[in-house]
Amino acid sequence: MSLTLEQVQRIAHLARIEVSESEALTTQGHLNGIFQLIEQMQAVDTTGVEPMAHAQDLSQRLREDAVSEGDRRAAYQAVAPETEGGLYLVPKVIE
Amino acid sequence: MNQWEVVIGIETHAQLSTVSKIFSGASTAFGAAPNTQACAVDLALPGVLPVLNKKAVECAIRFGLAIGAQVAPKSIFARKNYFYPDLPKGYQISQFELPVVVGGAITVQVGAGDKAYEKTVNLTRAHLEEDAGKSLHEDFQGKSGIDLNRAGTPLLEIVTEPDMRSSDEAVAYAKSLHALVRWIGICDGNMQEGSFRCDANVSVRRPGQPLGTRREIKNLNSFRFLKEAIDYEVRWQIETLEDGGRIQQATVLFDPASGETRTMRTKEDAHDYRYFPDPDLLPLVIGDDWVARVRGELPELPGQMRERFTGELGLSPYDAGTLTASQEMADFFESTVKVAGMANAKPCANWVTVDLAARLNKEGKDIADSPVSAAQLGGLILRIADNTISNNIAKKVFEALWHGEGATADEVIEKQGLKQITDSGAIEKLVDEVLAANPGNVAEFKAGKEKAFNALVGQVMKAAKGKANPQQVNELLKAKLTA
Repeated sequence: MSLTLEQVQRIAHLARIEVSESEALTTQGHLNGIFQLIEQMQAVDTTGVEPMAHAQDLSQRLREDAVSEGDRRAAYQAVAPETEGGLYLVPKVIE
Repeated sequence: MNQWEVVIGIETHAQLSTVSKIFSGASTAFGAAPNTQACAVDLALPGVLPVLNKKAVECAIRFGLAIGAQVAPKSIFARKNYFYPDLPKGYQISQFELPVVVGGAITVQVGAGDKAYEKTVNLTRAHLEEDAGKSLHEDFQGKSGIDLNRAGTPLLEIVTEPDMRSSDEAVAYAKSLHALVRWIGICDGNMQEGSFRCDANVSVRRPGQPLGTRREIKNLNSFRFLKEAIDYEVRWQIETLEDGGRIQQATVLFDPASGETRTMRTKEDAHDYRYFPDPDLLPLVIGDDWVARVRGELPELPGQMRERFTGELGLSPYDAGTLTASQEMADFFESTVKVAGMANAKPCANWVTVDLAARLNKEGKDIADSPVSAAQLGGLILRIADNTISNNIAKKVFEALWHGEGATADEVIEKQGLKQITDSGAIEKLVDEVLAANPGNVAEFKAGKEKAFNALVGQVMKAAKGKANPQQVNELLKAKLTA
């Protein structure tokens, strides 16, 4: 399996990464290299092996339901580009 | 309409009743000042890691058990990728391939009275996920304001099969689900605050044909809007198809002001979420012992209660269904029966589902705020049962209790002199007077006119100011007229 240049550009768009034509070509090469690696791995017979969702064979640790974080808005907003009335301001988005 | 079949599936986001967020220790309390409950994890500052809230998982287990679903021994969290400023990480942590709850069903009662019927809605799955923040588009010098207090609030997304065939069935399902999540204490059900929101997937087809193309109506936060939006959407789809058009898969929004749905995005620009397992979270493993403990802590469920009401109390399936539509209603009924006795369960059901419900409805009150308490109503029903008052007088006493004219039915009956006349000597005297004063009716009755009898009963009751025992009046009148 290999990706077309168009697919690479779509992925870049979905990831909100601006790529030039030449960067897209380079990326296409990189990604297709990875696909070859995956193809090699897929050639291994994994019949009867349960797929893993994580590289570590452990289960999720849980925390008790308790509030442990206080209000640190002032500190967080001190480094924000723009705020008003406690809100973070961003370029207007209306869907 | 009859040559089209409506097909509806519903996705519901129920906010889980935890005090802290699903992956962080920030508070979930509603109404705080913007961003005061958004911690480093919720803001997606570099280097933070999510740690799963045990209570959120327990809520999911409770739900799974309550609907007879399978609680997955192992489920996986996945990243759902999209860009929006109220989602700081650039992805929402959700579950995709292996959700925590699989299958299950909810049986709902649709319609009322003789037309009521039961419908089983099958569930596909329910999964845990985090909510996004809130965007405010009012004027901030041409910018949008972002409040991330809600970001990371735990949600259970509950997905049905496309089993519903009308907006009434969809609303009946949504109401039952709403009652159930509150019943088992996993969601406060506050729709104004967005704790319970529905998306409806709607399509139409010719009966027997494959499913039509669906359009998804997003974010319906009231049962009325759910019904209006589906009804509008169904009409629109049928008209479009009958005019030779085609339905394009799309996400639409309902505008309550115009009562119409409008397209938000079509399939071409549909999100491509590129789900993949979240490497920050290990698989969620739920052991049998945990499931067994939660099962042991579950309250009696609406379905079990319905069976008890029909079995032990001899109620009709319809009454039992109405009484278990919400926990408040069921509690009120049970408290009423506790006072009036199990032998009076049927009149208790009637009073709660008919008289009280109508009165509450008239004033737009919830049963939890009923001016007449269950104990007062139970006391009233006792006095009907022991013939102290008739059903008609009982309605007067009920009104008096509603307006706080007495602390108990007994007090009202005593104070207002409403005790039924059961002394047969007194009733006989009234009957004799009425017979003497209404020779015309007597003659008509003797000529075979049954209606004349009712007129005479009415006269006696009137003379007794409604307080004579109707059964005794009937018997005495009959005896005297046929003597």
